[in-house]
Amino acid sequence: MENVYLTIVLAPLIGAIVAGFFGGRIGRRGAHRVTIAGVGLSTLLSLWVLARFIWSDLPVFNEAVYIWMVSDGIRFEVGFLVDKLTALMMATVTFVSLMVHIYTIGYMADDEHNWPHGALSGRNSYQRFFSYISLFTFSMLMLVMSNNFMQLFFGWEAVGLVSYLLIGFWSTRETAIFANLKAFLVNRVGDFGFILGIAAIAMFFGSMDYAEVFARAPEHAETRIAVFGGVSLMTLICVLLFIGAMGKSAQVPLHVWLPDSMEGPTPISALIHAATMVTAGVFMVARMSPLFELSETALSFVLIIGATTAFFMGLIGLVQNDIKRIVAYSTLSQLGYMVAALGASAYAAGIFHLMTHAFFKALLFLAAGSVIIALHHRQDIRDMGGLRKYMPITWVTLLLGSLALIGFPGFSGFFSKDAIIESVWHSSLFGSGYAAVLLTLGVFVTALYSFRLYFLVFHGKERMDDHARHHLHETPWVVTLPLILLAIPSVFIGWYTVEPLLIGDWFTSGDWNPILVAPEHDSLAHLREHWHGQAAFVQHGLTALPFFLAMAGLGLAAVVWWLIFAWNPRIDAQLQTLGGPVTRVLQDKYGFDDFNQRVFAGGGRDLGRMLWMTGDQAVIDGAIVNGSAQRVARFAQWSRHLQTGYLYHYAIAMIVGLVGLLTIFVTF
Amino acid sequence: MNEFPLLTLIIWLPIIGGIVVLASGEQSTNISRWTALIFAILTFLISLGLWFGFDATTAQMQFVERSPWIPGFKVEYFLGVDGLSMPLIILTTFISIFVIIAGWETITYKPTQYMAAFLIMEGVMVGVFAALDAILFYVFWEAMLIPMFIVIGVWGGPNRVYATIKFFLFTFFGSVFMLIALIYMSFQAESFSILDFHALQLGMTAQILIFIAFLLAFAVKVPMFPVHTWLPDAHVEAPTGGSVILAAIMLKIGGYGFLRFSMPITPDASAELAWLIIALSLIAIVYIGFVALVQQDMKKLIAYSSIAHMGFATLGFFLVFALAVRPEVSGGSIMGIEGGMVQMISHGFISGALFLCVGVLYDRVHSREIADYGGVINTMPWFGAFMIFFAMANAGLPGTSGFVGEFMVILATFRADFWWAVLAATTLILAAAFTLWMVKRVIFGEVKNDKVAALKDLDRRETFNLGVLAAAVLALGLWPAPLVNVMHTTIEKLVVQVSACKLPADERGDCALVRPEAAATVMR
Repeated sequence: MENVYLTIVLAPLIGAIVAGFFGGRIGRRGAHRVTIAGVGLSTLLSLWVLARFIWSDLPVFNEAVYIWMVSDGIRFEVGFLVDKLTALMMATVTFVSLMVHIYTIGYMADDEHNWPHGALSGRNSYQRFFSYISLFTFSMLMLVMSNNFMQLFFGWEAVGLVSYLLIGFWSTRETAIFANLKAFLVNRVGDFGFILGIAAIAMFFGSMDYAEVFARAPEHAETRIAVFGGVSLMTLICVLLFIGAMGKSAQVPLHVWLPDSMEGPTPISALIHAATMVTAGVFMVARMSPLFELSETALSFVLIIGATTAFFMGLIGLVQNDIKRIVAYSTLSQLGYMVAALGASAYAAGIFHLMTHAFFKALLFLAAGSVIIALHHRQDIRDMGGLRKYMPITWVTLLLGSLALIGFPGFSGFFSKDAIIESVWHSSLFGSGYAAVLLTLGVFVTALYSFRLYFLVFHGKERMDDHARHHLHETPWVVTLPLILLAIPSVFIGWYTVEPLLIGDWFTSGDWNPILVAPEHDSLAHLREHWHGQAAFVQHGLTALPFFLAMAGLGLAAVVWWLIFAWNPRIDAQLQTLGGPVTRVLQDKYGFDDFNQRVFAGGGRDLGRMLWMTGDQAVIDGAIVNGSAQRVARFAQWSRHLQTGYLYHYAIAMIVGLVGLLTIFVTF
Repeated sequence: MNEFPLLTLIIWLPIIGGIVVLASGEQSTNISRWTALIFAILTFLISLGLWFGFDATTAQMQFVERSPWIPGFKVEYFLGVDGLSMPLIILTTFISIFVIIAGWETITYKPTQYMAAFLIMEGVMVGVFAALDAILFYVFWEAMLIPMFIVIGVWGGPNRVYATIKFFLFTFFGSVFMLIALIYMSFQAESFSILDFHALQLGMTAQILIFIAFLLAFAVKVPMFPVHTWLPDAHVEAPTGGSVILAAIMLKIGGYGFLRFSMPITPDASAELAWLIIALSLIAIVYIGFVALVQQDMKKLIAYSSIAHMGFATLGFFLVFALAVRPEVSGGSIMGIEGGMVQMISHGFISGALFLCVGVLYDRVHSREIADYGGVINTMPWFGAFMIFFAMANAGLPGTSGFVGEFMVILATFRADFWWAVLAATTLILAAAFTLWMVKRVIFGEVKNDKVAALKDLDRRETFNLGVLAAAVLALGLWPAPLVNVMHTTIEKLVVQVSACKLPADERGDCALVRPEAAATVMR
């Protein structure tokens, strides 16, 4: 099997290398063919691996490919761990990636218009884009298939690199290169915690290998270390690792980079900043469940951060007008749901939501992108409206995606989100009450912003200018095909996978448990005990609070942005004025950006300037280095006067000196 | 000692090459360039013999050559390498090739002498790493300053006189004390062999004084805070080749000095004063990180970045002493020193490449100011790609060599103290901030002015230089095992060496450290 896994990983890498270095020679068609072939091969093999896990009980694979380094008795290896959790991630990542590859053919078809005339960096930008997204697929696979912490960090940073390159893809735009630097640095803040967590593991376990660390973790359940006056080792490790996840999965307060990342082309917003990379933190925590289960403090921390992100970031989505930014805030909010599930020890529900979200959120982004193409890169939803006539496929698929997102009973998002909310209600950790309330209310918010977008874009009067309207038409098949292919799992995948993932033993079978949950934390137990099949679950969902909240949100959105909007198009602005300070707080995004910009970016620069000016220039160079040189010079200046050149001066000095010495000798 | 004198050949071949080039005169620059290049390549190929002939299972000196030089003073011509010096010698011969190529067309003023200076410098630097006799070492150590002094002074920028004097005085100031320490020890050991120095039993006072003397010499070279201010000035004024050699190799001589002299000769003093070195290293990482952030001059920025990165090397080296007082922690010492060494080699590639990158821009625009650039990638896409790659390596991206050393040192530091590790790990943020902010302003954005609009992308020579270095950075990042393995046995022995108390019997009480345990965990 090693060859299969190696092929899955390396095929996208080879595609990336060919398209990246020989893009000019093989041309556009060559570039997208070779990368799609690579990712396509990965997808097929990943699906095959998944199928074998489902139907023929493929054994877990855990082996090193090569030894990266041995130092101090610790083996640092590059290797794969493929179990059912990995297989699910591989299939999700490669499938979404393949869809995005195909979609990109259409989206980037006339990318030359996005570059200033004559810019050499714009030449072959199409090929370069394909190279990057294949490189991303490689990095993401390295991350999810890793069997050790070192390689996890490698994949972790590699996806960050590609994200950096892709957010700043249109490198002549000031906003894009601001956003990519911001994204990289904020992620680095997370990685700062992450690497310390890895260092703690190296110190106490003497190993980087997952299996070994997990097996020995219970030994350290009671270990305390002398930091902050003594904390539990497991709490420290888990919180440090989770800080990494907060960066990558954009949790408050490290979420600030994700909305800005929308400066990148839409396909990567779908692939990287919605479906896969940002869920790496969720995957990582689920993978580390044997560690997190040993620290309730860490779990509570995860739970509270997740729920806070889920609710408060969703609220910001209400006041955004850029179609991509609304979806971005929705992503933040949904990531919060996943993270909250992890905090409640419902890792399986978190991963389940990760998967369903990957499909419907990729769909929503790609559909938004389809709208953006059709309107020639106009993104303000206030200037849209009535698009359903012109773009039926985009319209229907986006509607399906939105229904999945708000958790309409029967759709994929319904199963995963309801499972999360249910499990958080049944969690008994500190903060679970707070989290449960926020997550439940979040359902209303989700429905409201989703359908605000939907009605403003597809219904009502056509508000775009005549030129844009004149060119409006459905996007080409390379764009709509991925939409359709993603809409299918967005609708159905929940129904078919909920049972094995949450109720069955997908994550807990055999002698290797991909996810480990301590019995006292098992918040999914209630769901499992009262399980009577999907139909009963849907039926129960129809009478539960989240459903009413979702319907209330949907209904309110319909009333305001469909019915009222039809005769009063200023209602949106009026509502925002009505909100007063609340709107302003939301539009300021709670002030995080201003704060960071002023305190961290500005403060860092000021501190640097101060250290440089006073430390290096004034004290070291000014006072000591050049100062001593000047003192030598001044002394020389002064002592020069002793040598006057007049003979009688020297004679007097000699006589005085002689007399002085004689006096001394005589007296003592 | 009737082996083939490989080390002698590697030292003297480039020096002879330099003389040949000088002798060929200024009539045909082409001939002198090619002669220089051939000598540089030949030296590198021969030096590979060290790599392939090296026995990584022993910590003994290898390729030893020993013959009397000044018998009256027991000074010998004594050469040999172990796992510490061998990789550094190969780094030297490797980097020298790019320096010759980088000066190919851009040096128009007395190119023959320029090439000769670098060849001679190459041989002398190899000599520093290979010398096992203290006087021989000292001679090479000082001789190294002369060609560098000339390179900056003759081919340097407008403020070169200030920079050269500062450079010379700083380094010379440090080395005088080292000479005194060496002479003192030669009386004790009745020999100038560095290996005999290692075996010397010294009292605490003597050790402290010797340690400080060495510290003055090596700290200036590394350079460590607060004796670092000569480096940014020297870099700014130096021609590209000078900067590359300075950053890639000369700084490493300081780090090497700690491992070859300070730690094994004065282990007890090193243990006493390890806190100082660790504190200065952490200051270098954090303080210098902030200072680098606000630099307006690309070369200054990279120079400051070098200081911060070398802080990782010295931090890694001296962790062994901090770990020795913590019997409850096992391991970490070896990883710290290995990490420091890997960091030095990697920094040789990365800083060398970054200075070459700045050189590429400087040759075209004649400015190093960040503000004079913007949107370079629009006119130089290949250059932009290389610059981003090396910037990422400088920021310690996994998969590049810049990650390996930092990772190892952070892991080792964590064992010694949580808060030190926190400070060390800030480099993840700071290094990314100062490097990528520069990239943003120089490489990305719209074409800022006519000069940028008129830029031509890399020529073949520049592509070759940057391409080979990029491959080296990538190779070391993806598979550091060969390098680490070569050093491993030597470093194991070094850790045992520094863990043993060297104080005479009546001072044994001061050996408070739990050294035997530390040594035992090393041997496990």
